Amino acid sequence: MRVREAFPMGHVRTPHYCRGHVGEVERLCGIFPNPEELAYGRVPQAPLPLYRVRFRQRDLWPDYPGPERDSVEIELYEHWLESVR
Amino acid sequence: MNGSGHDHGHEHGHEHGHEHGHDHDHDHQHPNQPDLEDAPLGYYAAMTEAVAELMIEKGIFTADALRETIDFMASRSPAQGAKLVARAWSDPAFKDRLIKDSRAAAAELDIDTGPAPLLVMENTPTTHNVIVCTLCSCYPVFLIGKSPDWYKSRNYRSRVVRDPRAVLAEFGTAIEAARDVRVHDSTADMRYMVLPLRPEGTDGWGEQALADIITRDSLIGVTEVSKPA
Repeated sequence: MRVREAFPMGHVRTPHYCRGHVGEVERLCGIFPNPEELAYGRVPQAPLPLYRVRFRQRDLWPDYPGPERDSVEIELYEHWLESVR
Repeated sequence: MNGSGHDHGHEHGHEHGHEHGHDHDHDHQHPNQPDLEDAPLGYYAAMTEAVAELMIEKGIFTADALRETIDFMASRSPAQGAKLVARAWSDPAFKDRLIKDSRAAAAELDIDTGPAPLLVMENTPTTHNVIVCTLCSCYPVFLIGKSPDWYKSRNYRSRVVRDPRAVLAEFGTAIEAARDVRVHDSTADMRYMVLPLRPEGTDGWGEQALADIITRDSLIGVTEVSKPA
């Protein structure tokens, strides 16, 4: 999956450092209300699948000084993920 | 204010050691520690007070209910997490249940994992886990208690995700290159606790003895558990 490279305003839970980067879904965490709506007390839209996505550190940080297999896992909502297949 | 206890704001006539338990005579007066009110009331502190008072006035909750909640949160400590880890080290079937469904497993020990789903990340001989919340300061309060200030610092949050091995080294933790370091960024609805590796030489130890050597920092993943010398 690739994280959308978007920069919307508001309460967004997608860290900038992973936007535009490719990672692998590690697991589906469940279905949760979208915090981008929830944070402003809006009437909840359809809840969203939340995934844990594993990124290789070297993909996020080209100058990562540690071993190749080191990784970061980040929780990301479905609307931030695009298929790369 | 800054909490370091070293910011005296005046010149010392002598070399000041790093421990403050010194008992030599002072030839000068230390200023009193600043009172809480000496710092301006911040926006969020004022807002918190105001919202809490409004909620109470409107009867949404009572002052007692608010106090009970705060007291409950304040009663949480790393002892809860340590108890779960000690049991997991002693009972492999419990460990599997804890990893699969932490809420149900913790309930077996009458421990509440809190409102957010909690994922237990097991350290293995091939993987070391460490937790951060880069966006704010999400933390497994129900199992470890209040988070330390460094966990909330921009320094930790920005660096552990970027160069975790360097940050771990600052905690005295060296992870060999053959072992993967995996950082867990609590960006959304999950909370995390690390299940550290059981140290060698603790075979046959009871759960209480094991729990006693499990530290808060090892449950965050910035240290490992070591057997006391």
